[in-house]
Amino acid sequence: MNTSDDLARDLAQAYASTPEHLRQLRDRLAGTARAHGILDVAYRTIDSPVGPLLLAATDLGLVRVAYATEDHDAVLQGLSDQISPRLLNAPARLDAITHELAEYFEGRRHRFDVALDWRLSAGFRSTVLHRLPDIGYGQTASYAAVALLAGNPKAVRAVGSACASNPLPLVVPCHRVVRSDGAIGGYIGGTDAKRTLLALEATP
Amino acid sequence: MIHKQPFEAVVARHAATVLRVCRAVLGPTDADDAWSETFLSAMQAFPDLPADANVEAWLVTIAHRKAIDVTRATSRRATPTAELRETTTEPGADRRDLDLTAALAQLPAKQKQAVVYHYLGGLPYRDVAAILGGSPDSARRAAADGIATLRLTYPGVKPGTENFDEHER
Repeated sequence: MNTSDDLARDLAQAYASTPEHLRQLRDRLAGTARAHGILDVAYRTIDSPVGPLLLAATDLGLVRVAYATEDHDAVLQGLSDQISPRLLNAPARLDAITHELAEYFEGRRHRFDVALDWRLSAGFRSTVLHRLPDIGYGQTASYAAVALLAGNPKAVRAVGSACASNPLPLVVPCHRVVRSDGAIGGYIGGTDAKRTLLALEATP
Repeated sequence: MIHKQPFEAVVARHAATVLRVCRAVLGPTDADDAWSETFLSAMQAFPDLPADANVEAWLVTIAHRKAIDVTRATSRRATPTAELRETTTEPGADRRDLDLTAALAQLPAKQKQAVVYHYLGGLPYRDVAAILGGSPDSARRAAADGIATLRLTYPGVKPGTENFDEHER
């Protein structure tokens, strides 16, 4: 049997290329897109003690950190919808934060120095998130204390929802916000991840 | 509402097909440049593409234009003795593949493009006609003529059993 399907298959095979070659072309595209100023969002994923993390940056800075619990495909679609569909897996723009996170997980880094792009948070939630870096490494603060820091002592629940929707967990340390009664409270990456981070930071 | 997929997903899904199209039209060396130009240009314009557009047809159309650009640039650079036509040099390429690529490279341009865009690019003849000019029927005839010639010159294919309707679904 030789139908046109067979010929189409033969043609597809005759002009096929290796996965490595395609990988090289895609890497080259990421580089030229960046050089042409059309790489609106670059991302990569890394492994970490709290599971795979998705890191995404615009030309302004780190814009998103996401745990696997958030579903990375859904996060990428959200970035595409909210920022720009010109989004590529392009690790180079994430080199600095990747390095800083590695140091953090080794206990050698206590604060992050990369530029942040805050565009995914707005209003009171943004005010809350901007105050979180005031809680130092190895410290914790209650939701009520953060509400006070953010200038609205009654907004304890709003602090909780700001933390739950933090687009930059780990780097903007919502894991340091705990309940006044001593319970650990919720976390965008799950309570196990929160416990891991607090234990890491409590290690001298 | 249809969500437009991230460009990374477009690359992941169509990179191999577009590279095959570029290789079939240009040969392996120039194909890489045409592929790169195609995706760079597509990424540039991607925000303005309607979310429900046929992305593959759009990419193959861009690749067609880029292949013309690359061909023009190559012929400007070429010396009279330069060998312009290349065949695949992939390590995995066997004799049959080489026969087929050689046979395809010798087809008249319109037949070659109709075969490549329809059979490798997956475009319906309506879209092939939009790229090449002329009617869908003339695109279909060009592809059929090209396939008939390939069957005569490519030893791996026996003539007489084609079923073109398969590809119109």
